[in-house]
Amino acid sequence: MSEERQIQLEVLRYNPETDSQPRYQTYTVPCVNEWVVLDALNYVKENLDPTLSYRWSCHMAVCGSCGYMINGEPKLGCKAFIHEYGDHIRVEPLANFPIERDLVTVVEDFIAKLASVKPYLIPKEDKPISAGEFRQTPAELKKYKQYTLCINCMLCYAACPQYGLVPEFLGPAAISMAHRYNQDSRDGGRDQRQEVIATDEGVWECSFVGACSEVCPKHVDPAGALQQVKVASTIDWYKEHLMPWVKK
Amino acid sequence: MAKSNKPIFWGLFAAGGTVTAFVTPVLVLLTLFAAMGFSPDLFTYEHLRAFAHNWLGKLVIFGVILVSLWHAAHRLRVTVHDFGVRADAVVAYVVYGIAGLGTLMTFVYLLRI
Repeated sequence: MSEERQIQLEVLRYNPETDSQPRYQTYTVPCVNEWVVLDALNYVKENLDPTLSYRWSCHMAVCGSCGYMINGEPKLGCKAFIHEYGDHIRVEPLANFPIERDLVTVVEDFIAKLASVKPYLIPKEDKPISAGEFRQTPAELKKYKQYTLCINCMLCYAACPQYGLVPEFLGPAAISMAHRYNQDSRDGGRDQRQEVIATDEGVWECSFVGACSEVCPKHVDPAGALQQVKVASTIDWYKEHLMPWVKK
Repeated sequence: MAKSNKPIFWGLFAAGGTVTAFVTPVLVLLTLFAAMGFSPDLFTYEHLRAFAHNWLGKLVIFGVILVSLWHAAHRLRVTVHDFGVRADAVVAYVVYGIAGLGTLMTFVYLLRI
Protein backbone atom coordinates (compact mmCIF):
# COMPACT_ATOMS: atom_id res chain seq x y z
CA MET A 1 0.00 0.00 0.00
CA SER A 2 1.47 3.31 -1.04
CA GLU A 3 0.82 5.89 1.59
CA GLU A 4 1.86 9.39 0.61
CA ARG A 5 3.52 11.52 3.20
CA GLN A 6 5.65 14.61 3.47
CA ILE A 7 9.03 14.56 5.12
CA GLN A 8 11.45 17.29 6.08
CA LEU A 9 14.78 16.27 4.61
CA GLU A 10 17.56 18.15 6.38
CA VAL A 11 20.74 17.88 4.35
CA LEU A 12 24.21 19.09 5.18
CA ARG A 13 25.44 21.47 2.49
CA TYR A 14 29.00 22.58 1.97
CA ASN A 15 30.67 24.13 -1.03
CA PRO A 16 34.34 24.76 -0.21
CA GLU A 17 34.53 27.44 -2.93
CA THR A 18 31.83 29.66 -1.44
CA ASP A 19 31.07 28.48 2.11
CA SER A 20 33.30 29.13 5.08
CA GLN A 21 31.66 26.25 6.95
CA PRO A 22 29.01 23.57 6.41
CA ARG A 23 25.34 24.47 6.92
CA TYR A 24 22.04 22.62 6.91
CA GLN A 25 19.31 23.03 4.34
CA THR A 26 15.84 21.56 4.78
CA TYR A 27 13.71 20.40 1.87
CA THR A 28 10.04 19.39 2.03
CA VAL A 29 9.77 16.17 0.07
CA PRO A 30 6.51 14.41 -0.84
CA CYS A 31 7.23 10.69 -0.80
CA VAL A 32 5.72 7.26 -0.36
CA ASN A 33 6.66 4.82 2.37
CA GLU A 34 8.32 2.42 -0.08
CA TRP A 35 10.94 5.02 -0.86
CA VAL A 36 14.43 4.92 0.52
CA VAL A 37 16.33 8.02 1.59
CA LEU A 38 18.23 7.97 -1.71
CA ASP A 39 14.90 8.36 -3.56
CA ALA A 40 14.19 11.45 -1.49
CA LEU A 41 17.63 12.87 -2.37
CA ASN A 42 17.00 12.15 -6.05
CA TYR A 43 13.64 13.93 -5.77
CA VAL A 44 15.39 16.99 -4.38
CA LYS A 45 18.04 16.90 -7.11
CA GLU A 46 15.47 16.53 -9.92
CA ASN A 47 12.73 18.84 -8.65
CA LEU A 48 13.95 21.24 -5.98
CA ASP A 49 17.68 21.88 -6.07
CA PRO A 50 19.97 20.64 -8.86
CA THR A 51 23.05 21.93 -6.99
CA LEU A 52 22.85 19.19 -4.34
CA SER A 53 25.84 16.84 -4.63
CA TYR A 54 25.94 13.24 -3.45
CA ARG A 55 27.28 9.93 -4.69
CA TRP A 56 25.11 7.06 -5.77
CA SER A 57 25.00 4.49 -8.51
CA CYS A 58 23.23 1.14 -8.29
CA HIS A 59 20.31 1.75 -5.89
CA MET A 60 20.55 -1.88 -4.75
CA ALA A 61 23.26 -2.08 -2.06
CA VAL A 62 25.89 -3.45 -4.41
CA CYS A 63 28.04 -0.50 -5.45
CA GLY A 64 28.69 0.96 -2.00
CA SER A 65 28.52 4.58 -3.19
CA CYS A 66 25.59 6.01 -1.24
CA GLY A 67 26.83 5.85 2.34
CA TYR A 68 25.62 8.80 4.43
CA MET A 69 25.01 9.53 8.08
CA ILE A 70 21.22 9.22 8.33
CA ASN A 71 19.94 10.59 11.62
CA GLY A 72 23.49 10.24 12.89
CA GLU A 73 23.98 6.61 11.90
CA PRO A 74 26.09 5.37 8.99
CA LYS A 75 23.68 3.85 6.46
CA LEU A 76 23.39 3.17 2.77
CA GLY A 77 20.91 5.68 1.31
CA CYS A 78 19.45 2.88 -0.80
CA LYS A 79 18.81 0.60 2.19
CA ALA A 80 17.36 3.18 4.59
CA PHE A 81 13.59 3.02 4.10
CA ILE A 82 11.53 6.14 4.71
CA HIS A 83 9.01 4.12 6.73
CA GLU A 84 11.70 3.38 9.31
CA TYR A 85 11.94 7.08 10.12
CA GLY A 86 9.75 9.89 11.38
CA ASP A 87 8.85 12.95 9.35
CA HIS A 88 12.20 14.60 9.90
CA ILE A 89 15.28 12.93 8.46
CA ARG A 90 18.76 14.40 8.67
CA VAL A 91 21.33 13.37 6.06
CA GLU A 92 25.02 14.18 6.50
CA PRO A 93 28.22 13.01 4.83
CA LEU A 94 29.93 9.96 6.35
CA ALA A 95 31.62 10.83 9.64
CA ASN A 96 35.43 10.68 10.01
CA PHE A 97 36.01 11.74 6.38
CA PRO A 98 36.73 15.24 5.05
CA ILE A 99 33.90 16.76 3.00
CA GLU A 100 34.54 17.38 -0.67
CA ARG A 101 31.14 18.97 -1.29
CA ASP A 102 27.72 18.48 0.33
CA LEU A 103 27.37 14.72 0.95
CA VAL A 104 30.43 13.81 -1.08
CA THR A 105 33.43 12.84 1.04
CA VAL A 106 37.15 12.63 0.26
CA VAL A 107 37.92 8.91 0.15
CA GLU A 108 41.56 8.85 -0.99
CA ASP A 109 42.77 7.83 2.49
CA PHE A 110 40.57 4.73 2.44
CA ILE A 111 41.51 3.81 -1.13
CA ALA A 112 45.23 4.07 -0.30
CA LYS A 113 44.77 1.91 2.80
CA LEU A 114 42.79 -0.68 0.89
CA ALA A 115 45.50 -0.86 -1.80
CA SER A 116 48.26 -1.15 0.85
CA VAL A 117 47.00 -4.56 2.04
CA LYS A 118 47.32 -6.04 -1.49
CA PRO A 119 43.67 -7.08 -1.81
CA TYR A 120 44.19 -9.54 -4.64
CA LEU A 121 45.34 -13.14 -5.01
CA ILE A 122 49.09 -13.62 -4.73
CA PRO A 123 49.51 -17.26 -5.80
CA LYS A 124 51.96 -19.40 -3.84
CA GLU A 125 53.68 -20.37 -7.06
CA ASP A 126 53.16 -19.41 -10.66
CA LYS A 127 51.37 -22.02 -12.64
CA PRO A 128 51.23 -22.15 -16.42
CA ILE A 129 47.72 -21.87 -17.87
CA SER A 130 48.10 -25.37 -19.29
CA ALA A 131 48.31 -26.72 -15.71
CA GLY A 132 44.65 -25.85 -15.26
CA GLU A 133 42.71 -23.90 -12.70
CA PHE A 134 43.32 -23.52 -8.97
CA ARG A 135 40.78 -25.82 -7.40
CA GLN A 136 39.00 -25.22 -4.16
CA THR A 137 36.64 -27.28 -2.02
CA PRO A 138 33.36 -25.84 -0.69
CA ALA A 139 34.89 -25.91 2.80
CA GLU A 140 37.86 -23.83 1.61
CA LEU A 141 35.51 -21.36 -0.05
CA LYS A 142 33.41 -21.07 3.11
CA LYS A 143 36.47 -19.93 5.10
CA TYR A 144 36.61 -16.57 3.34
CA LYS A 145 33.35 -16.15 1.40
CA GLN A 146 31.72 -13.87 3.97
CA TYR A 147 34.60 -11.38 3.65
CA THR A 148 34.23 -11.20 -0.13
CA LEU A 149 30.84 -9.53 0.36
CA CYS A 150 32.45 -6.19 1.31
CA ILE A 151 31.36 -3.43 -1.08
CA ASN A 152 33.85 -0.80 0.20
CA CYS A 153 31.02 1.49 1.29
CA MET A 154 33.10 2.82 4.22
CA LEU A 155 30.20 2.74 6.68
CA CYS A 156 32.51 0.84 9.05
CA TYR A 157 35.05 3.68 8.93
CA ALA A 158 32.32 6.21 9.72
CA ALA A 159 31.20 4.05 12.66
CA CYS A 160 34.67 3.28 14.04
CA PRO A 161 35.58 5.55 16.98
CA GLN A 162 39.20 4.42 16.73
CA TYR A 163 39.46 5.62 13.13
CA GLY A 164 37.95 8.92 14.23
CA LEU A 165 40.59 9.29 16.94
CA VAL A 166 43.58 7.88 15.08
CA PRO A 167 43.36 8.66 11.34
CA GLU A 168 46.44 6.49 10.68
CA PHE A 169 44.47 3.38 11.71
CA LEU A 170 44.23 0.99 8.76
CA GLY A 171 40.59 0.38 9.65
CA PRO A 172 37.98 -2.40 9.51
CA ALA A 173 37.34 -2.91 5.79
CA ALA A 174 41.01 -2.93 4.70
CA ILE A 175 42.00 -5.44 7.39
CA SER A 176 38.94 -7.64 6.68
CA MET A 177 39.90 -7.61 3.02
CA ALA A 178 43.47 -8.66 3.88
CA HIS A 179 41.97 -11.42 6.02
CA ARG A 180 39.78 -12.50 3.10
CA TYR A 181 42.86 -13.16 0.93
CA ASN A 182 44.89 -14.63 3.81
CA GLN A 183 42.12 -17.20 4.35
CA ASP A 184 42.03 -18.14 0.66
CA SER A 185 43.64 -21.54 0.02
CA ARG A 186 44.94 -20.32 -3.38
CA ASP A 187 46.81 -17.41 -1.82
CA GLY A 188 50.41 -17.21 -0.59
CA GLY A 189 50.67 -13.50 0.16
CA ARG A 190 50.04 -13.51 3.90
CA ASP A 191 53.64 -12.65 4.86
CA GLN A 192 53.52 -9.55 2.66
CA ARG A 193 50.20 -8.44 4.12
CA GLN A 194 51.29 -9.07 7.71
CA GLU A 195 53.99 -6.42 7.25
CA VAL A 196 51.15 -3.92 6.89
CA ILE A 197 48.39 -5.27 9.12
CA ALA A 198 50.36 -6.63 12.10
CA THR A 199 51.60 -3.14 12.99
CA ASP A 200 50.58 -0.62 15.63
CA GLU A 201 48.57 1.31 13.03
CA GLY A 202 47.22 -1.94 11.65
CA VAL A 203 45.07 -4.40 13.54
CA TRP A 204 46.56 -3.42 16.92
CA GLU A 205 44.90 -0.01 16.87
CA CYS A 206 41.53 -1.81 17.07
CA SER A 207 40.03 -1.92 20.57
CA PHE A 208 37.13 -4.17 19.53
CA VAL A 209 34.32 -1.65 19.89
CA GLY A 210 32.42 -3.68 17.31
CA ALA A 211 30.51 -0.80 15.72
CA CYS A 212 31.87 -1.78 12.29
CA SER A 213 30.00 -5.08 12.36
CA GLU A 214 26.81 -3.42 13.58
CA VAL A 215 26.62 -0.98 10.67
CA CYS A 216 27.93 -3.29 7.92
CA PRO A 217 25.11 -3.51 5.32
CA LYS A 218 26.48 -6.78 3.92
CA HIS A 219 27.04 -8.60 7.25
CA VAL A 220 30.74 -9.03 6.59
CA ASP A 221 31.47 -8.85 10.35
CA PRO A 222 34.75 -6.93 10.11
CA ALA A 223 35.14 -6.97 13.91
CA GLY A 224 35.19 -10.76 13.82
CA ALA A 225 37.79 -10.71 11.05
CA LEU A 226 39.99 -8.34 13.06
CA GLN A 227 39.79 -10.57 16.14
CA GLN A 228 40.90 -13.53 14.03
CA VAL A 229 43.76 -11.46 12.63
CA LYS A 230 44.80 -10.58 16.19
CA VAL A 231 44.87 -14.23 17.25
CA ALA A 232 46.88 -15.23 14.16
CA SER A 233 49.29 -12.29 14.58
CA THR A 234 49.80 -13.16 18.25
CA ILE A 235 50.66 -16.75 17.34
CA ASP A 236 53.08 -15.35 14.72
CA TRP A 237 54.70 -13.10 17.31
CA TYR A 238 55.30 -15.93 19.78
CA LYS A 239 56.62 -18.15 16.99
CA GLU A 240 59.00 -15.44 15.76
CA HIS A 241 60.30 -14.49 19.19
CA LEU A 242 60.21 -17.72 21.19
CA MET A 243 60.82 -20.22 18.42
CA PRO A 244 62.88 -18.39 15.79
CA TRP A 245 64.20 -21.71 14.53
CA VAL A 246 60.70 -22.74 13.37
CA LYS A 247 60.29 -21.92 9.71
CA LYS A 248 57.04 -20.20 8.88
CA MET B 1 56.37 -0.07 9.35
CA ALA B 2 57.60 -2.42 11.99
CA LYS B 3 55.44 -5.21 13.32
CA SER B 4 53.85 -4.43 16.65
CA ASN B 5 54.87 -5.86 20.00
CA LYS B 6 51.30 -5.61 21.26
CA PRO B 7 50.78 -9.38 20.87
CA ILE B 8 52.62 -9.88 24.20
CA PHE B 9 49.95 -7.97 26.06
CA TRP B 10 47.09 -8.94 23.83
CA GLY B 11 47.99 -12.63 24.19
CA LEU B 12 47.76 -12.34 27.99
CA PHE B 13 44.60 -10.24 27.60
CA ALA B 14 42.90 -12.82 25.41
CA ALA B 15 43.97 -15.74 27.61
CA GLY B 16 42.90 -13.81 30.71
CA GLY B 17 39.52 -12.99 29.20
CA THR B 18 38.87 -16.64 28.46
CA VAL B 19 40.02 -17.84 31.87
CA THR B 20 38.17 -15.19 33.88
CA ALA B 21 34.99 -15.74 31.89
CA PHE B 22 34.94 -19.30 33.20
CA VAL B 23 36.66 -19.02 36.58
CA THR B 24 35.49 -15.67 37.98
CA PRO B 25 31.74 -16.45 38.03
CA VAL B 26 32.48 -19.69 39.87
CA LEU B 27 34.63 -17.87 42.43
CA VAL B 28 31.93 -15.23 42.92
CA LEU B 29 29.33 -17.94 43.43
CA LEU B 30 31.51 -19.84 45.92
CA THR B 31 32.23 -16.63 47.83
CA LEU B 32 28.51 -15.88 47.99
CA PHE B 33 27.82 -19.40 49.25
CA ALA B 34 30.51 -19.02 51.91
CA ALA B 35 29.07 -15.65 52.93
CA MET B 36 25.67 -17.27 53.41
CA GLY B 37 27.20 -19.89 55.65
CA PHE B 38 27.22 -22.67 53.11
CA SER B 39 30.71 -23.85 52.38
CA PRO B 40 31.24 -27.49 51.53
CA ASP B 41 33.96 -29.44 53.23
CA LEU B 42 36.08 -29.29 50.07
CA PHE B 43 36.53 -25.54 50.47
CA THR B 44 37.62 -25.40 54.06
CA TYR B 45 40.79 -23.46 54.85
CA GLU B 46 42.87 -26.62 55.38
CA HIS B 47 41.86 -28.08 52.04
CA LEU B 48 42.53 -24.87 50.13
CA ARG B 49 45.86 -24.45 51.88
CA ALA B 50 46.81 -28.00 50.97
CA PHE B 51 45.90 -27.22 47.35
CA ALA B 52 48.15 -24.15 47.39
CA HIS B 53 50.91 -26.18 49.02
CA ASN B 54 51.12 -28.56 46.12
CA TRP B 55 53.30 -27.45 43.18
CA LEU B 56 50.62 -28.15 40.62
CA GLY B 57 48.14 -26.21 42.76
CA LYS B 58 50.58 -23.30 42.98
CA LEU B 59 51.00 -23.34 39.21
CA VAL B 60 47.21 -23.28 38.61
CA ILE B 61 46.69 -20.41 41.09
CA PHE B 62 49.63 -18.49 39.62
CA GLY B 63 48.33 -18.99 36.09
CA VAL B 64 44.80 -17.84 36.91
CA ILE B 65 45.96 -14.74 38.81
CA LEU B 66 48.62 -13.85 36.21
CA VAL B 67 46.33 -13.85 33.19
CA SER B 68 43.45 -12.22 35.12
CA LEU B 69 45.72 -9.37 36.26
CA TRP B 70 47.12 -8.73 32.79
CA HIS B 71 43.67 -9.00 31.28
CA ALA B 72 42.36 -6.35 33.67
CA ALA B 73 45.39 -4.13 33.04
CA HIS B 74 45.00 -4.20 29.27
CA ARG B 75 41.22 -3.76 29.47
CA LEU B 76 41.75 -0.72 31.69
CA ARG B 77 44.32 0.73 29.28
CA VAL B 78 41.90 0.45 26.35
CA THR B 79 38.96 1.75 28.41
CA VAL B 80 40.94 4.79 29.50
CA HIS B 81 41.74 5.43 25.83
CA ASP B 82 38.06 5.04 24.93
CA PHE B 83 37.18 7.59 27.61
CA GLY B 84 39.35 10.10 25.78
CA VAL B 85 42.56 10.13 27.82
CA ARG B 86 45.34 10.62 25.27
CA ALA B 87 48.35 9.48 27.28
CA ASP B 88 48.63 5.87 26.21
CA ALA B 89 52.30 5.41 27.15
CA VAL B 90 51.82 6.69 30.70
CA VAL B 91 48.62 4.67 31.16
CA ALA B 92 50.35 1.57 29.79
CA TYR B 93 53.27 1.93 32.23
CA VAL B 94 50.90 2.42 35.19
CA VAL B 95 48.47 -0.42 34.49
CA TYR B 96 51.11 -2.90 33.35
CA GLY B 97 53.25 -1.82 36.32
CA ILE B 98 50.44 -2.71 38.71
CA ALA B 99 49.90 -6.02 36.92
CA GLY B 100 53.64 -6.72 37.06
CA LEU B 101 53.75 -5.93 40.77
CA GLY B 102 50.73 -8.16 41.36
CA THR B 103 52.40 -10.95 39.42
CA LEU B 104 55.56 -10.61 41.50
CA MET B 105 53.59 -10.56 44.76
CA THR B 106 51.61 -13.63 43.71
CA PHE B 107 54.87 -15.41 42.96
CA VAL B 108 56.41 -14.47 46.33
CA TYR B 109 53.33 -15.27 48.40
CA LEU B 110 52.79 -18.60 46.67
CA LEU B 111 56.40 -19.57 47.35
CA ARG B 112 55.93 -18.76 51.02
CA ILE B 113 52.95 -21.10 51.44
